[in-house]
Formats: sequence, C-alpha cells, structure tokens
Amino acid sequence: MAAGVATWLPFARAAAVGWLPLAQQPLPPAPGVKASRGDEVLVVNVSGRRFETWKNTLDRYPDTLLGSSEKEFFYDADSGEYFFDRDPDMFRHVLNFYRTGRLHCPRQECIQAFDEELAFYGLVPELVGDCCLEEYRDRKKENAERLAEDEEAEQAGDGPALLAGSSLRQQLWRAFENPHTSTAALVFYYVTGFFIAVSVIANVVETIPCRGPARRPPREQPCGDRFPLAFFCMDTACVLIFTGEYLLRLFAAPSRCRFLRSVMSLIDVVAILPYYIGLFVPKNEDVSGAFVTLRVFRVFRIFKFSRHSQGLRILGYTLKSCASELGFLLFSLTMAIIIFATVMFYAEKGTNKTNFTSIPAAFWYTIVTMTTLGYGDMVPSTIAGKIFGSICSLSGVLVIALPVPVIVSNFSRIYHQNQRADKRRAQQKVRLARIRLAKSGTTNAFLQYKQNGGLEVGLEVGFPRLGERNRSAFQQQHHHLLHCLEKTTCHEFTDELTFSEALGAVSLGVCTSRSTSMSSQPVGTSSLLSSCCPRRAKRRAIRLANSTASVSRGSMQELDTLAGLQRSPAPQSLVHSRSSLNAKPYDGLDLNCDSQDFVAAIISIPTPPANTPDESQPSSPDGSSSRASNTLRNSNM
Amino acid sequence: CPPPDSSDSELELSTVRHQPEGLDQLQAQTKFTKKELQSLYRGFKNECPTGLVDEDTFKLIYSQFFPQGDATMYAHFLFNAFDADGNGAIHFEDFVVGLSILLRGTVHEKLKWAFNLYDINKDGYITKEEMLAIMKSIYDMMGRHTYPILREDAPLAHVERFFQKMDRNQDGVVTIDEFLETCQKDENIMRSMQLFENVI
Repeated sequence: MAAGVATWLPFARAAAVGWLPLAQQPLPPAPGVKASRGDEVLVVNVSGRRFETWKNTLDRYPDTLLGSSEKEFFYDADSGEYFFDRDPDMFRHVLNFYRTGRLHCPRQECIQAFDEELAFYGLVPELVGDCCLEEYRDRKKENAERLAEDEEAEQAGDGPALLAGSSLRQQLWRAFENPHTSTAALVFYYVTGFFIAVSVIANVVETIPCRGPARRPPREQPCGDRFPLAFFCMDTACVLIFTGEYLLRLFAAPSRCRFLRSVMSLIDVVAILPYYIGLFVPKNEDVSGAFVTLRVFRVFRIFKFSRHSQGLRILGYTLKSCASELGFLLFSLTMAIIIFATVMFYAEKGTNKTNFTSIPAAFWYTIVTMTTLGYGDMVPSTIAGKIFGSICSLSGVLVIALPVPVIVSNFSRIYHQNQRADKRRAQQKVRLARIRLAKSGTTNAFLQYKQNGGLEVGLEVGFPRLGERNRSAFQQQHHHLLHCLEKTTCHEFTDELTFSEALGAVSLGVCTSRSTSMSSQPVGTSSLLSSCCPRRAKRRAIRLANSTASVSRGSMQELDTLAGLQRSPAPQSLVHSRSSLNAKPYDGLDLNCDSQDFVAAIISIPTPPANTPDESQPSSPDGSSSRASNTLRNSNM
Repeated sequence: CPPPDSSDSELELSTVRHQPEGLDQLQAQTKFTKKELQSLYRGFKNECPTGLVDEDTFKLIYSQFFPQGDATMYAHFLFNAFDADGNGAIHFEDFVVGLSILLRGTVHEKLKWAFNLYDINKDGYITKEEMLAIMKSIYDMMGRHTYPILREDAPLAHVERFFQKMDRNQDGVVTIDEFLETCQKDENIMRSMQLFENVI
C-alpha cells in the first residue's frame, strides 16, 4: 500500500464507528498496539552528512533496513544517531522513497552502484517509480548485456586451452569455429578459402569465350565447352573438398539438428548439391535445360566466404533485421510503378507499333524512368504519353532519390519506436501485475492471518506466534478493520478458490430447496451447508478456520489427554448443537447473528478426525494456543 | 489530491490552496492535544498539499482499504457525513472535528454522528430506503468472494432486522430518539463504542 495511505488508516478506522449500530455480531477488540511514544526526530548520519526525519516516516516500510529493528545495529549511543558508512548522495534517494513513496533513479549515477545501495537498505528494485522505471530497466539491460559479452569474450579467449578430457569431436569443433587455435585449423581455413575462390573463379572463367585452336571458321566458344575435362576436374576437386568439410562439420557439431538448420550449413548444401544432381541426371535434352539452371546455384559458393569474413555476416544480420522496412519500401515503389505503368499503357494504347504492348511491358519503362536510368528502348510517342512520361521521371526523382535517406532514417526511427512500444507493452503487463499483486497481497495477507487463527478471542494476550512479528502495526490495525466489517455483515472474506467451491456446492441443488424458507441468512446458510453438504462445508471450514483444523488434525487425542475434562463434554455439546441446528425452527427473524451458533457451526464440522485437511498445518505452538481458544469457546457455549 | 490547475490558480487562488485555522482554535474545537493535531496535520498535508480533499480523491483513498469490494458508494456517504458545511470538499477542520467526535466524543455524540451518516437527506428520519442504500454500500465493500455467499436480499434482510430493532413505534422511520434509546439499551453496541479510542 502506498505510504500515504497509512496516514488515512486511523481515519478509516474511526469511520468504522458508523458500522457499530448495524453490526449483528460484537466487533472484535482492537489490536494491542504498544503505546507509541509520540513522534520523534531521528538523525541518520551517512558518512558525515546528517539526515533528519520523523520516526514515523521510516516506520512506513517495515520490511526495509531503516523501517525495522535492523537499524539498531547501526545505532551509535555516544552521538545518539544512526551511522551508515555508505554513499550519502545515494542515500538521498533512499530517504526520499520513505518520504514520498516513490523511488527515483539518479540519472548520473552508475546503475550498479544504485543497485547495491538498494540491496543494502533492503529495497527491492521493483519499487522504482513509474517515472524512472523505463530508464532504470534500460540501463540495467545494457549493463547486463555488456557483462554477458565480456563473459563470452573471456570464455572464447579460454577456448584454446585444450582440456584434458575433450574428445576428438570437441577438438574438431573448436578448430572449425576458431581457426586461430592451432596451425592445422589455420591451414584448413586457408585451404577451404582458396578452394572457394578457385571454384568461383572457375565458374566465372568458364563462360569467357576462347578462340578455338584449329583454323576452322573461328567459332567463339566459351572456355567451359573448350576444356570441359579441365573444368570438370576442377569442379570435382572443389566439390570433394566442400563435401568433406561439410561432413566433418556435421560430425563435429555438438548439436547436429541445430547445425543442420543453421544458415551456413544450408549454404554449404546448396553449394554442393547441384554437382551431385548433375552427376545423376542423364544427358537428356529436356532435363539438361534444368540441369544448366542448377549450375546457377554454384554462385552461392561465394556466400561461403561469410565464414571467413565478419563484415559479411554483419551485413547479412543487418539486412535480416531491416527486412520489414525494406519490404515496405519495395511495396510503395511497386504501387508507384503499377500506377504509372497503367497510365502509360493507356496513354500509348492508340499508337501502332508501340512498345507498350501491355501493362507489365510498361513496368520496365516505368522502372527505368523512375530510377532515372533512361535506356531509351521504350519511348512514348503520343503527347499524353510524353507528358505522363515526364511526370513519371520527375516523380521518380522525388520518389526514389530524395526520400531514400529520409526513408532510411525513418525506418531506423520506426524500428526504435516499435521496440519502445513493445517494451512499454511488456512493462504495462508488469505494471498491471504489480497493481494486481498489491491488491491481492493485502487480501491474501488478511486471509492468511485469519487462517493462522489470528482472530481468536483471547489470543491477543500472550502467545507469541511464528509470523506474528512480520505484521506491522499498520497491518494489524488494517486487519482489525477488515474483521470489523466481516462482523458487521456476518459474512467473511474468502479467496476465489473457496468462493468457486461454495458456488459449486450451492449449485448442487441440495441446499437450495430449504434456503428459500430461511430468513436468518448467514447463520442459516452456514449451518444448512454444514448439514446438507457436510464434506464440502467441512473442507471450506477447514480452510477458513485453520485453528480448528489444527484441532482436527489428530490433536483430538492430544486434547483429550491434555485438556481432559474440559474437552470431554464438548463432543456431546457439539453433537447437540449440530442436531439442534438442524431441528431449529426457522420461524420469525433472528435479530442478532448469534455468534455462538455461528462458531458452533464452524467447530462442529471437523469433529470426525478422518478428514484430511489440505492446508499447511501450523506448528505446535499454534496448536496449543488455538486449543486454548477452543476451550475458551466451548466454555462460552 | 489533484494538483491545482495553473489556469485556475489566478481565479481561485483563495479556494484552491486552503490554510486551516490556527492550532489554538482547533485545539479549542476538538479534544486533541497540540501534538496530536500537529501529527495529524503533517499527515494530511503530506497527502493533500492543497489542503482539501475532494470527493473523488476521498473515494480513491478509502477504496484502497477494501481492495476486494467496491467502496465508492460508502465513501460517498462518509464524505457527506464529514463534509459538515456541504461545500464539496473536506478541509482539515472538517477532518479533525469529525475525528474528534469519533475518537474522543461521548457515546451520545458518536451515536448522533452515526445517525447523521445514515440519514442521507439530513431530515432527521432514517427511512427504509436510506437504510437500504447504506446497507447495500456496506455489503458492496465485501466484494464477491465471501463466505457464505452473499445473496441478493442480504442487505434487505439486514435492514428489516435493523428496523425491527430500532423502530419502536413501527411507523416505518427511525428518529434520532428511537435510535439513541435502542442503541443505549444494546450491550454489544455500547461495548464496541470503546473499540476505536486508541486509534490515534
């Protein structure tokens, strides 16, 4: 809860006087808060700089160092102040958190130092206020990434150290990934590079026309056809090397599936596959056309260089990340092209012997004109065509040449904006989750407290309970307030689970028939549920009143032995009360929610010891204290 | 509390920033000691630097104590009960005078305050409709997840019980005298009156 809300709690509690005349049950007594000795000013000395604040301000957050008794460890009796040997500049922000309820992140300080201070003073980083949260997380992420990179670099540097137990596979993989590790790896690296270059050059040279040797009419032939054997041998050698390399990598890869899916291995496969396909394809006229096309894929061997060049890899990654922006650019260009092509086609339709035979044919003209290439192979002849042609080229200049830098920067801005929007959406989820958590946290704290039997009459005195000291004065008073509301309305707060179960029980239809005749509702409903749906009500009651569940846990025997006389008449009375509830004539109105009957309904339920309580059982001190309360209750009955 | 709008500040400077009466005057009007008043004002001023609480802020604050249910209706009635002069905002004086009655007042004064809360139109009679509205708002604060399950007619039944108890002459309304008489005869109510004395 916000710090300021704590100020209003006394007001809310005072306003509860308005419930008093309406309450049908006696309200519970107020928690015994130790007499506050009036607010005093504390002095906190942080490395010589003195900060003074009210004690109440610090008490707002009891889970932190300054709000709890932990600060007593730093108390200097001689000077009467709390001394911390920490950064005073950072402390300013910590103290402001207590004062305003919002933790701000200092812009000029290192985020790591800030984190350390937060950890020291017991503040969770999630407490950073919304205004500073985005920046805080950004800087933290940057830091974390940088640290991760440093670690990776360190580990990579450690690579060469040959571990004693590394297998051949691991050595091989390391050699492939880091060629600098050993001379053999380096040799292999350069050999493959050389063969890639040879293969690419051979592909290129293959198509250059060479003059034939004989004095026949000099037929210009591509070299590939003149020296087919030589080129074939070269190709085979390269492909053999590549295949060998690929198989070795496949063998050495730590995760074969991942390796198979990686881009580099795909490039390798595409580089060598055409050769093998070509081997097995018969020299058939129809198929050889397709076979020739496959040779085109040999050019992909050039991409194998990306293993050798860091720059290529970075370029590929950049293109991949900007794919959507490029796609948008292409789309807008396509739109313009289609528009102008259509216009040109219809403008030139009338002319005979025109080049603009169809709209797709006009695409070529549009592209050439818009990019200001202007080959001149397609030229408009009508006046309208020329007019639109000039508009096309002018707009081409505008559409392509001018906005390209703007588009580039726009895309970079859009890209960052998208990232920020996603970040904000993710943070919104976190923010909503925080709010929900805070809401449910308060409720859960109250329900948990109830389950621990905290609302027992007569327990306020004496028995120290585990977990009790975690409840601040504020929480105690708030729980008391919620308890008063419960008693006023004769209903109890539960959690969703119990509620949905109860809904299920009612929908069973067993209990609804009788419920209509009832006028004294809360008592009636609870007892009715207890009588007709004993098992379900049992479980619910156990969840609610864990103190009684501890009774049922088999401490019935303990009770019998320890409490002896006091307990023994109880079962009969319980039985009586149960039967009496069943037989109770629901005539007239029950003016008060009789607390005794209500309590009896709760206690009577878990009498059979065979039920299996599904809550975590409180430890024996709780058991004993709740036992005391039960004996108290029984005597009231 | 909403910060004062800069465009309004020239026109409504006097109302937007409210200063309470002097410490001595407040001490005379209420039953708090000087230190208590100082502590109360510090908290109040921290939350509302302008010096007043409007209804929406009040509803927001009060709802934080009852996260499971909807406390806005009851907060509305409470606001009207605290806002003695009916000007739509609670000043520190209203706040502290109300608290003084609730925490340090006599039983009689407390009961009168409660009656004032229930009497929505302040005509001196509590009708069944008024009581039903109040009761519904209280049950709304419980929320959906209650044990036993909150039925539709629970507030109405509660109101019936209340009228059965309070309405002596069965004329369908409860006057202040009937109310005071019945409450003073009820042990539970009398005993619970001491509950909130040590709140401050």
